[in-house]
Amino acid sequence: MKYTFNWSLIFSGEYGQWFLDGLSVTLQLSGLSIVLALILGTLLTTMRLSRSKPLEWAAAAYIEVFRNTPLVVQIFFWYFGSDPLLPEFFKEWLYKQNIEFATGVIALTTYTAAFIAEELRSGILSIPRTQLEASRATGLTFLQAMGHVILPQAFRIIIPPLISQFLNLIKNSSLAMTIGVMELTYMARQVEAHTFHGFEAFTVSTLMYLSLSLIVSLAINMYNKHYLRVGSR
Amino acid sequence: MDTFITWFVGLFSNWGVVWKNFDYLLVGAYPQGPLGGLAMSIIMAIIGIFGAFWIGLAVGLMRLSKRRWLSWPALFYIEVIRGTPLLMVIFWFYFFAPILMGHSVPETESAIAAFIVFTGAYVAEIVRAGVQALPKGQMEAARGSGLSRTQAMTHVILPQALRNMIPSFVNQFVSLTKDTSLAMIINVNELTLSARHIYTRTMKAPMEIFLTIALLYFIICWALTAFSRKLERSMSRYQARTNER
Repeated sequence: MKYTFNWSLIFSGEYGQWFLDGLSVTLQLSGLSIVLALILGTLLTTMRLSRSKPLEWAAAAYIEVFRNTPLVVQIFFWYFGSDPLLPEFFKEWLYKQNIEFATGVIALTTYTAAFIAEELRSGILSIPRTQLEASRATGLTFLQAMGHVILPQAFRIIIPPLISQFLNLIKNSSLAMTIGVMELTYMARQVEAHTFHGFEAFTVSTLMYLSLSLIVSLAINMYNKHYLRVGSR
Repeated sequence: MDTFITWFVGLFSNWGVVWKNFDYLLVGAYPQGPLGGLAMSIIMAIIGIFGAFWIGLAVGLMRLSKRRWLSWPALFYIEVIRGTPLLMVIFWFYFFAPILMGHSVPETESAIAAFIVFTGAYVAEIVRAGVQALPKGQMEAARGSGLSRTQAMTHVILPQALRNMIPSFVNQFVSLTKDTSLAMIINVNELTLSARHIYTRTMKAPMEIFLTIALLYFIICWALTAFSRKLERSMSRYQARTNER
């Protein structure tokens, strides 16, 4: 098979714009999901470390289920199969949104939250137990001790792994193309289908993903450097 | 209350679709037609991890080499793959294998190639971490007793390091098992695509179908994860003893 390269075609006309649109949707999808996943993940960790057995088991079960099933299957479940389970008012609200994008956010959030909860838990467990006991002894409630003493310290330790979870989330957001969210991978596929120049289309989108992950890796390194300097003082 | 009861009964009325098509979920149309379903997922994961092990071992050792012409290409490969979504890698192989080979390549084979190359980068990092985790004295003592660097690596370092890496390999295998679901994007009939086939054909019971395959993936992945946790625990006990001075 003979293949001739045509790079200018990829950047000419509407195709260049398609890539930028895709990149922007990828960023919106991952940006919104990481914020929601952090909230849900923190909630799960608090449940997991609470004294109440039912809460602890519920959180543990959630984490195991979401970590041990493929994200694509979860996306399909939310997109095709969740209908009988959702309450009516939520469905009404959901169908007014961009349903594909909303499903993508829900799936990515619930999936990533399980991983974030595990990172948070190991971060919290690395804080000596005496910290919690001391803050309880000074009269703080469990939630106050968590919020003012344990979590601020734990977050410092777990910020690098959290950033790499964000990186995973950006990469995982490519799976939203399976339900037709027009993010970067979807757009690359679209450009390929229109131009038959797959090599160029996938090179451009791969480079976009690589630059995103490069930026995020640099952020981790800068954080580590800063953190180490603070720590050694 | 009545609506609640209809809703609740409705949750259980469609499982017949899953039951009737369960063999399709497990093995596809086999033996009358091509293999598919869960069996295909497992086969791809096993071939994938086997191939990725050798690539990862080679690249991981290259990455540790002091020679830059060995370590830099390895670093480049690892960083590029780890910064790219698997879906992208699958498309790369799907669209470019035919151009490079000059003839058409079956989807299953290009998917497996993508899994090997993708997982290889992650295995390489496991190998690197495993070798670096061994006490420096091991290498020094091996070199001191007259072994060359290669001999020390193959006879002293790797046998210990590889053993310690087993739990991480199991975890990587779990990831790969989940990742095989992405092969559906290029029409490989593995478990997830089989489920979509059933849904497209019947247009019924999407919740039941996708819950069922989620459960199938879960059983495999969770059992393997539990196994790897157990291994990790028993190994750390062993290591604690050997590290006592």
